[in-house]
Amino acid sequence: MEHFPILSAITFLPLLGVIIILSINGEKEIVERNARNAALLTTVATFLFSLVLWFGFDKTTAEFQFEEHAAWLGGGISYHMGIDGISILFVLLTTFIMPICILCGWETIKDRVKEYLVAFLLLECFMIGVFCTLDLVLFYVFFEAGLIPMFLIIGVWGGANRVYAAYKLFLYTLLGSVLMLVAMLYMYGQAGTTDIPVLMNYDFDAGAQTWLWLAFFASFAVKMPMWPVHTWLPDAHVQAPTAGSVILAGILLKMGGYGFLRFSLPMFPIASYELSWLIYGLSCIAIIYTSLVALRQTDMKKLIAYSSVAHMGFVTLGIFAFNIQGIEGAIMVMLAHGLVASALFLCVGVVYDRLHTRDIDRYGGLVNIMPRYALVFMIFTMASVGLPGTANFIGEILVLVGIFKVSSWVAFFALFGVVLGAAYMLYLYRRVVFGELTKDDLKNMLDLDKREILIFAPLIFFTLWMGVYPSTFMDFIHVSVENLNMQHETAMSTYHALTQTVTGN
Amino acid sequence: MYQTIVFLPLIAALVAGLFSKQVGVRGSQIITCGALIIAALLSWFAFFKVAMTPGDHSLHIQVLSWIVSGDFQINWAFQIDTLTAVMLVVVNTVSCLVHIYSVGYMSHDPHIQRFMSYLSLFTFAMLMLVTADNFVQMFFGWEGVGLASYLLIGFWYKKPSACAAAIKAFVVNRVGDFGFALGIFAIFMTFGSADFAVVFSDVGAYSDKTIYFLGMELDLLTTICILLFIGAMGKSAQLGLHTWLPDAMEGPTPVSALIHAATMVTAGVFMVARCSPLFEYAPVALDVVCIIGASTAFFAATVGMSQFDIKRVIAYSTCSQLGYMFFALGIGAYGAAIFHLFTHAFFKALLFLGSGSVIHASSDEQDMRNMGGLRKKIPLTFWMMVIGTLALTGFPFFAGYYSKDMIIESAFAAHSSVGSYAFGMGVAAALMTSFYSWRLIFMTFFGESRASKEVQDHVHESPQVMLAPLYVLALGALVSGFLFKEYFVGHHYEDFWAGALTLVGDNVMETAHHVPSWVIASPFIAMVSGLAIAYYFYIKRPEMPGKFVQTFRFLHALSFNKWYFDELYDVIFVRPAMKLGYFLWKSGDENIIDRYGPDGVSAAVVRVAERFRNLQSGYLYHYAFAMLIGLSAFVTWFVLGGQ
Repeated sequence: MEHFPILSAITFLPLLGVIIILSINGEKEIVERNARNAALLTTVATFLFSLVLWFGFDKTTAEFQFEEHAAWLGGGISYHMGIDGISILFVLLTTFIMPICILCGWETIKDRVKEYLVAFLLLECFMIGVFCTLDLVLFYVFFEAGLIPMFLIIGVWGGANRVYAAYKLFLYTLLGSVLMLVAMLYMYGQAGTTDIPVLMNYDFDAGAQTWLWLAFFASFAVKMPMWPVHTWLPDAHVQAPTAGSVILAGILLKMGGYGFLRFSLPMFPIASYELSWLIYGLSCIAIIYTSLVALRQTDMKKLIAYSSVAHMGFVTLGIFAFNIQGIEGAIMVMLAHGLVASALFLCVGVVYDRLHTRDIDRYGGLVNIMPRYALVFMIFTMASVGLPGTANFIGEILVLVGIFKVSSWVAFFALFGVVLGAAYMLYLYRRVVFGELTKDDLKNMLDLDKREILIFAPLIFFTLWMGVYPSTFMDFIHVSVENLNMQHETAMSTYHALTQTVTGN
Repeated sequence: MYQTIVFLPLIAALVAGLFSKQVGVRGSQIITCGALIIAALLSWFAFFKVAMTPGDHSLHIQVLSWIVSGDFQINWAFQIDTLTAVMLVVVNTVSCLVHIYSVGYMSHDPHIQRFMSYLSLFTFAMLMLVTADNFVQMFFGWEGVGLASYLLIGFWYKKPSACAAAIKAFVVNRVGDFGFALGIFAIFMTFGSADFAVVFSDVGAYSDKTIYFLGMELDLLTTICILLFIGAMGKSAQLGLHTWLPDAMEGPTPVSALIHAATMVTAGVFMVARCSPLFEYAPVALDVVCIIGASTAFFAATVGMSQFDIKRVIAYSTCSQLGYMFFALGIGAYGAAIFHLFTHAFFKALLFLGSGSVIHASSDEQDMRNMGGLRKKIPLTFWMMVIGTLALTGFPFFAGYYSKDMIIESAFAAHSSVGSYAFGMGVAAALMTSFYSWRLIFMTFFGESRASKEVQDHVHESPQVMLAPLYVLALGALVSGFLFKEYFVGHHYEDFWAGALTLVGDNVMETAHHVPSWVIASPFIAMVSGLAIAYYFYIKRPEMPGKFVQTFRFLHALSFNKWYFDELYDVIFVRPAMKLGYFLWKSGDENIIDRYGPDGVSAAVVRVAERFRNLQSGYLYHYAFAMLIGLSAFVTWFVLGGQ
């Protein structure tokens, strides 16, 4: 190998943390403290390592970079890692969110601390793996394995109804992943390799594309989640501990979008094009439907979970707009949502830690005693609403510009989400933060402490940075997206030429 | 210099807001007021340099790139021309005076730093809006002022009504933004750019093109302009999207003066004027603007006549005056519209701050039924209010006289059916404006006091820090009309605007000088009649209003209940949305999707899984098991396939 295997290092560094944590023994208190420190150290180290990618990345090429090849199972299945403009920011998002996750459960998680931290570190390994791998088998392993720790986090450290939530998550994803596996087997049979870059240039037969696309769609749609396979998400969020929700909203939901960009679009361009009506329909329904549902939620986490489904509707619309603005917008919405939805769940976590309820009616008037919290919550509420100057706006406007080129109807329906989004978020904020402080049990709540400020500060910083000067981030993705877009256009023009000759005959 | 004008308020807002403890109350006031005084002085300097000096002095300043995605390229950049310079003067002057006034008005409030910070933040957003050189940056300012407006309306967050009004303002504006956003997308799709310079110079080539929009084939520029205008309707509270403005009076009075009278609500007028090159090629859209504007002028005036809350009367008056500005735009009298925007800023801010002084004097009472006889107790405020009223009603040689009469005459001079409609509505509204304005003065300052003994004893004139801004605004209400008339709409029109406004056909403001004398007289007659009726009703025969209400019960109810718009919207939009949300959640998600989806499957699986004792971990094993099967299937395939 010519260079240091940086991607493998970043991916598997968390496992080192796992080993260290598992080897800690002794008194309970000391073990827990050391385990926490070890986990934090590991995630911070992983983040610092991943900055090598940030500085070393060549923004002028669409080729995969930092590639690693190693023989694995043989016969076209190899250990192949590499990142391009589409995946790099997701890797960084993951490594950036992880220390925040570890910090936010610092004081609240009291039992099975070691196991809890191990689950998170394992999860980090798998998630980074998903974004870095360039082999179908490896992708499948990471993609599916990631669910096991998530399943445990909800099932063990979750709320009262955790078993139901974990079970729902399991059922939905199982269905999707089985279909995806079948499709992968077929692809291997056809192309004789599981190498993703090779498959991206392989012309699958137009008829087969439809079935393959649908099989992948089943898996990614659940992960996104898209309507009507979204109902696992509110339950999973509600039951998960705060850090679990952060990971779920911040990163796991992005795997679906990433999957569409990595597999569906480049490998099955014709099917993507032919079935885009399905995506548009489901996305528009999702945006309006879940926004309306969010309006009526009484549970803070459920409300934000439903709003996530609506935001993910923008992502799918952008991806299937098949133009640069749409795709770049989709990536930006995912990154922005990764920051903002994570932060919103953290905001819920802050008050949940103090009062142990997510019931909106139990709150009210928090601004009177928690002014710092009110400010932080306001910033992220406004970001979630898509106020210009925040990251979300950049993504949303690009998606809408992109989709408007395709269909004004779709843009029209998607815009309902923008109006309703303002309604449900401001309504939530008003009920929790504004008003007179009348409830007795709220009167002793403390404002954000140093640890919490440390958690929120970087999230605020990047949300605004991304909103005011997004070029810092978007410069990474331009070339890859342009390349993806061009490939798609080439595939389309061949396809149209073909269908024309067919009809011409 | 322009960077200083725009960013100074932002810096002040951040310092006063984020370091409120460190700088303290006085510090925050000094920082924000100081920043705004500098910005205001610089704005006047810019105004004289750009607008009042003959020749084209417009310039373009690039700050930073913002959004770059394929051919969608947006910059942070300023465009300074006469239109911007006028807005800079209006925004910074009024903002600066309101900042100073707030030092006195808010002196008893526990959150002074926060208030000053919000005011400065608003000013920054408004300045971004008026200096934008492209549609997306304008949208940034547009939403930014919406945020500031939301924060300031809900400033007294303990009042549920204030919180509700704040949300309403934001959401109704979002409905308008719906149109604005679609307009921006259509512009980008058509012109391949969202920069004003590119769009406005290419517009001629698209005058007969069509666009396929929502399944219909429509005239391209008309569609774009109407979409943009929907945005303007939201921000400028035009008929249909006006419902948030009266409620916005829940905010502190300085806010009403700055945001909901002088500056933010005029953003829609500014936007249409800025897009005059587009609208000039879309005559149908101009007609729509004209009709909506004229109808709003009339509608809001009818409502203003029967309200009792002193601030709501002025709020409806603002709504009505904005209607005037829009129908002026609609007939192509852009100069007159901006002229009215300019003069209106002074006298309406004066009226609001004056009413703030009244409210301050009478222990936060806003209901005019509990006022009366204040003339002798707060004479300075009284005279300021009278000057504001004279200017608003268009009394000769006051500011409104020049701008409003210009609009009404131009409407007649347009010689079109919509122009005639606007003329009729405008004259009728002028009569009503005069009536409700004098009604306000008479109910508040004349007659016997209807306040409680305690309140009466407590009445006091406001401190100088509140009165000084009133004097400055009063000066503006007195002289801004005749000083600038020749520039905005008269002989120096071409030199003054220097291409900032585009006009394709005849200049109606030119022909407006040659209308019959009865047309020129009509707004004056309307004004005098309104004054006379108000005098008769509220001074001479105070029992008359009651009798009038008895006789015309229906008309009064319609006016008093604001034509039932709020009730209507509640029935059509709010409640169905809430019901639908609940229905989709309970019936859609829980009863259909979950019942037949995961729960149905789980019921089936549970029957099988009952054999396993440990359900919980059982699922995990299933999962890992399924994955293993998958992997092994893969490996098998590879082994078989590889041979």
